[in-house]
Amino acid sequence: MVTTTYMEAGRRALAEEMRRDPTVWAVGEDLGRGGVFGQYAGMVEEFGPLRISDAPISEAAILGSAVGAALAGTRPVVEMRFADFALCAVDELVNQAAKARYMFGGQGGVPLVVREPMGMWRSSAAQHSQSLEAWYVHIPGLTVVAPATPGDNLRLLKAAIRSDDPVVYMEHKDLWGIEEELGEDEPPGEFGSARTVRDGNDATVVSWSAMVRNAAAAAEMLAEEGVSVEVIDLRTLWPWDRGAVLASVQKTGRLVVAQEAVSVGGFGAEVAATVSEAHFGSLKAPVKRLGAPRIPIPYAKPLEDMLRVGPDAIAAAVRAQL
Amino acid sequence: MSGPRPNLDLERLADRHRRMHRIRAFEEQAVAALEEGLVLGAIHPSIGQEACAVGAVGSLAREDLLLSTHRGHGHTLEKGASAVAMMRELFGREGGNCGGKGGSMHIADFSVGMLGANGVVGANINIAAGAAHAVRLKGERRIVCCIFGDGAVNRGPFLEGLNWARVFDLPVLFVCEDNAFAATTRTEAMTGGPGPAARAEALGIPARAVDGNDVDVVAEVTTELRERILDGGGPQFLWAKTWRLTGHTAVDKAAYRDAGEVEERWKDDPIARAADTLRAHGVAGETLSGHREAAVQEMRAAYEEAKAADWPEDRALYADVQDVGDPREAAFRW
Ligand SMILES: Cc1ncc(C[n+]2csc(CCOP(=O)(O)OP(=O)(O)O)c2C)c(N)n1
Repeated sequence: MVTTTYMEAGRRALAEEMRRDPTVWAVGEDLGRGGVFGQYAGMVEEFGPLRISDAPISEAAILGSAVGAALAGTRPVVEMRFADFALCAVDELVNQAAKARYMFGGQGGVPLVVREPMGMWRSSAAQHSQSLEAWYVHIPGLTVVAPATPGDNLRLLKAAIRSDDPVVYMEHKDLWGIEEELGEDEPPGEFGSARTVRDGNDATVVSWSAMVRNAAAAAEMLAEEGVSVEVIDLRTLWPWDRGAVLASVQKTGRLVVAQEAVSVGGFGAEVAATVSEAHFGSLKAPVKRLGAPRIPIPYAKPLEDMLRVGPDAIAAAVRAQL
Repeated sequence: MSGPRPNLDLERLADRHRRMHRIRAFEEQAVAALEEGLVLGAIHPSIGQEACAVGAVGSLAREDLLLSTHRGHGHTLEKGASAVAMMRELFGREGGNCGGKGGSMHIADFSVGMLGANGVVGANINIAAGAAHAVRLKGERRIVCCIFGDGAVNRGPFLEGLNWARVFDLPVLFVCEDNAFAATTRTEAMTGGPGPAARAEALGIPARAVDGNDVDVVAEVTTELRERILDGGGPQFLWAKTWRLTGHTAVDKAAYRDAGEVEERWKDDPIARAADTLRAHGVAGETLSGHREAAVQEMRAAYEEAKAADWPEDRALYADVQDVGDPREAAFRW
């Protein structure tokens, strides 16, 4: 077993896939010096500058050319640096990458991974902090991954690289340093398979990405009060594990969905609606969504803190359902 | 280092020297405050690039409009924003230019025509073209100045915004403040062709290349281009070559550069260069060190004031989102 950080897990996944498959390569700004957070540290030394490629500050060209490179037989891993900058390449992702397979009648796919580090981190304010996962879930043709642990980052990035379709791969910036013991040999993960973080009988809390930590902390607090909470980490948002969520709510009769993103139109709404449709008669309390208010992310820390969904808010939501 | 100059105006250069020191002192104070945890988010110092701010922005009129970048402290100060308000903004406090909601990368001060720094490289170029469009539509006599880095010329908006300005003949001055780096990348390695000026010219926009570490030259050419724009000459382009003496952000040690190279570049520090010229023409050493001391004192006072300032009130969180709808809808807090 090796102690591995979330960041290191991503690096390891990419390196292992690059060793296995010579058509895998990565491209993005500053990759030759390890990338903006150090996710690519040392990689150019092993794989050379053609496969760990620098790029001009040209997001549309980075993503657009990756679509072409994917159509022509390689597997590009595109680094967007911050999810926010991927917005400079939305046409390339949404109109081009996501559509090609269907529009061209299945003649070929776009095996492309778009890494988009997301979320609030060190007072980065409105243009460097967003959680936009729901946008991508809305687009047919895209797979959306938001790992919460080093192990999932390792396994799911491998799966993403092996996927024949475009994958929006959202690592959370606040998780880079978290550690986990991982095996020497970790196979690719499975899309659409949730992880039960903790078993429970009284309520189900569903979340993903960094919010899973807060859900687990809330469950811990509630356990001390004698409330047994089941915590589910979705891991991938498209496809998502409806079966696991529905089975859990069948058992508990209560659902809280916790997300860092703006709640309005967020992925939590999809989970809440799905559970309401399936379990309307057996719910013991109305489904509750937790998320940020519909405001840009402010810089000042006390303001930023106000829009975070912390363990207290999650625990309070569960208590209100009991 | 500084040969005889035909248009040397000692008083004016001394004033520019003083103003460059204000920018330097502001940023040094901000970096120290970051180390103390008082500056909350990332800051991008422009140490070594002060001649561009003072030369270009200092040659604009109050009514001119300015669009800047993530590395915009100097531009903003020169446009006339208050150093105290800027320091408060960096600390995320009440009384910051943006009420503490923007931070270093999003400083704006509309009261002095500063329409915003930007966290997205190159995004200010189309915005500047649009501001110039409005100036033309309203028949105003002023220009828009848009400053961006050498890295930004590789983004799509560079092509689209410059073409727009040319096609509509807009009163805009594009300034490429070329500090040779885009984050950890040497921009040269990622930029095809002969560079920013040639690209502007290819779009029909007259371009001038200048030594961006010579504050008088930057000012002189900016003044000339501004006049030309006001005379109906349409968009103009200035390529000011300088060098980023410190890291990309205040925490970047810039290990990707050789110490010898950096040391060599410090010899071309624009502030030292101005000081050399002034000294060579008889300006007293005390005058020059006085500029530094006054700047340090001013920025120390700004720091003290920002440190003592209150945090924004809670209700600021929900203010200024938009006029319609309730921003708290479906969120966890009512
Ligand atoms: C669209 C976009 N891509 C990437 C970034 C990340 N980034 C911030 S500053 C920077 C370098 C910019 O270089 P340049 O334009 O030369 O300005 P400088 O930082 O040198 O002042 C990069 C890549 C960004 N902010 N926006």
